[in-house]
Amino acid sequence: MMSTKEITIPTASVTALGKRDPLGDQRMTLSLGPQHPSTHGVLRLEVELDGEIVIGARPDIGYLHTGMEKTMETQKWQQVVTITCRMDYLNSMGNDLGYVLAVEKLLGVEATPRTQVLRVLLTELNRLSSHLVWWGTHALDLGAMSPFFYAFNQREMILDLFECVSGARLHQSYFRIGGLMADIPDNFLPLLRKFTDQFPEFLQMGNKLVTGNRIFQSRTKNIGIISGEDALQWGLTGPSLRASGVGWDVRKSEPYSGYETYDFDVPVENTGDIWARYIVRMREMEESLKIINQAVAKLPAGPIQSDHPKLKLPERDLMKEHIDVMIHHFLLASEGFTVPIGEVYFPIESARGELAYYIVSDGKERPWRVRAKTPSFLNLQGLATMAEGHLLADLIGIIGSIDIVLGDIDR
Amino acid sequence: MSEETTTEKLLPIRGANQTSNYADTTALTARFESSIIEIIESLGEITVIVKAESIVPLMMFLRSEPNFDFNFLSDVSGLDLGEFAAPRFAIAYHLYSIKHNHRLRIKVFLDEENPRVETISEVWRSANWMEREIYDMFGVDFINHPDLRRILMPADYEGHPLRKDFPVRGY
Repeated sequence: MMSTKEITIPTASVTALGKRDPLGDQRMTLSLGPQHPSTHGVLRLEVELDGEIVIGARPDIGYLHTGMEKTMETQKWQQVVTITCRMDYLNSMGNDLGYVLAVEKLLGVEATPRTQVLRVLLTELNRLSSHLVWWGTHALDLGAMSPFFYAFNQREMILDLFECVSGARLHQSYFRIGGLMADIPDNFLPLLRKFTDQFPEFLQMGNKLVTGNRIFQSRTKNIGIISGEDALQWGLTGPSLRASGVGWDVRKSEPYSGYETYDFDVPVENTGDIWARYIVRMREMEESLKIINQAVAKLPAGPIQSDHPKLKLPERDLMKEHIDVMIHHFLLASEGFTVPIGEVYFPIESARGELAYYIVSDGKERPWRVRAKTPSFLNLQGLATMAEGHLLADLIGIIGSIDIVLGDIDR
Repeated sequence: MSEETTTEKLLPIRGANQTSNYADTTALTARFESSIIEIIESLGEITVIVKAESIVPLMMFLRSEPNFDFNFLSDVSGLDLGEFAAPRFAIAYHLYSIKHNHRLRIKVFLDEENPRVETISEVWRSANWMEREIYDMFGVDFINHPDLRRILMPADYEGHPLRKDFPVRGY
């Protein structure tokens, strides 16, 4: 765990009290991670310490790099969805949504109204589940054990909902280009109702348990401060940016999938410390719940698959009668579809911030290049600014407060 | 919970009739006429292709000029156009302005032999890691970069994985 730089015996170094400081002005370099439970995955930090005070923190990333962008170039357009959802594994619906919308923009296709509402509903559910993991582990990092279990109980219900619609709990790949994998089953909405009915109660309890906790407050207030100007300079987005007084949410500024039709607020705090980031995320959970309830209320009936001939498999009955329909089906199923030549940059608001896909197509059935600009990658860059001058124990809190997912960083 | 802050005023919100939020480039062409190679508009997105040597003053201008006010660097992305393409590499910078709620894509093309371009980490510090990633993945050299090391691959790794001539398997 620990490695020190070569130690030179200090000469006469005198502290402010006039006493001899045995360590002198020596610094210690501590290697934190990559296998450390509080680094939320495989993050390694080279922390430079003066006593217990953090002088500098250099993140060392790449332990989880699996070359996803390279792999995407070898997959057909529709198959890429199975990779995007594995990037940010806590927010997989959101990751799929960004990719799917970007390709739909290249194709010039718009999803049907029912699909759009379902996509918003499930993405917001995923935002809730992602924030729940953050809430539980963040409290756990700061010494509170039980919130973790409460949070994972709630998350379990959301994962059951995902399992209900897609058969998978974490990597759903439920959103497809031009539509969804399948329509929602009949028992989904009652199950969802069960969850949304009890969730406000959970939030209330969570606020009592952690938000109002004096120990928690004193460990988070005025710690890990980053100004709005610095946050923008380092490329922070999402709750981490909005906690520093910059109110920018892609769902409002560049609405996609019909977000402009929902009534919700974007929580903004001004202090930029761990506490502010905590409050922003807690209030975001309330807003997500609002969006989910609105989506359920206005869920229209209708088809889920857009009528674009490239994206929709032909009807079975027609295939039995016409050879050309049969050929069309065969080509679609075996070779996939092509996407017109062009490039597109599509940003969405993931649970962690601005997630953008830059997709270049050369007109073939596989993408030429898919670049995923992931929010955690840039959010982590702000860590050094936040941690400087704080205690090592607070560094753990700061890592938790920017809510990084290493799969999102390393890809 | 802390006191409620009114958020609506702070937020950039796109108007209902605004279909594309890409910036108007007339002021840019007037100022940097000799460095701009081409301006392409497609799918409502505007790409300004510029000469690589003028990237830093151009970015400085886009950041400080009040009509553009690009205070946020959204993405820096590398692109390999293929082994037989000339120029072979491209770098796409995606800029965003929170004040005006508009975007712009700036693109430079780089040769295969000596792919190098000046760093813009002086303009936006967030470019630091993104340029390191491009250096790592494509082998593009960023002149004057403060900390040009590999970021995702191990330090002693040979090759640049996102180049098109890098095999996907069996290497």
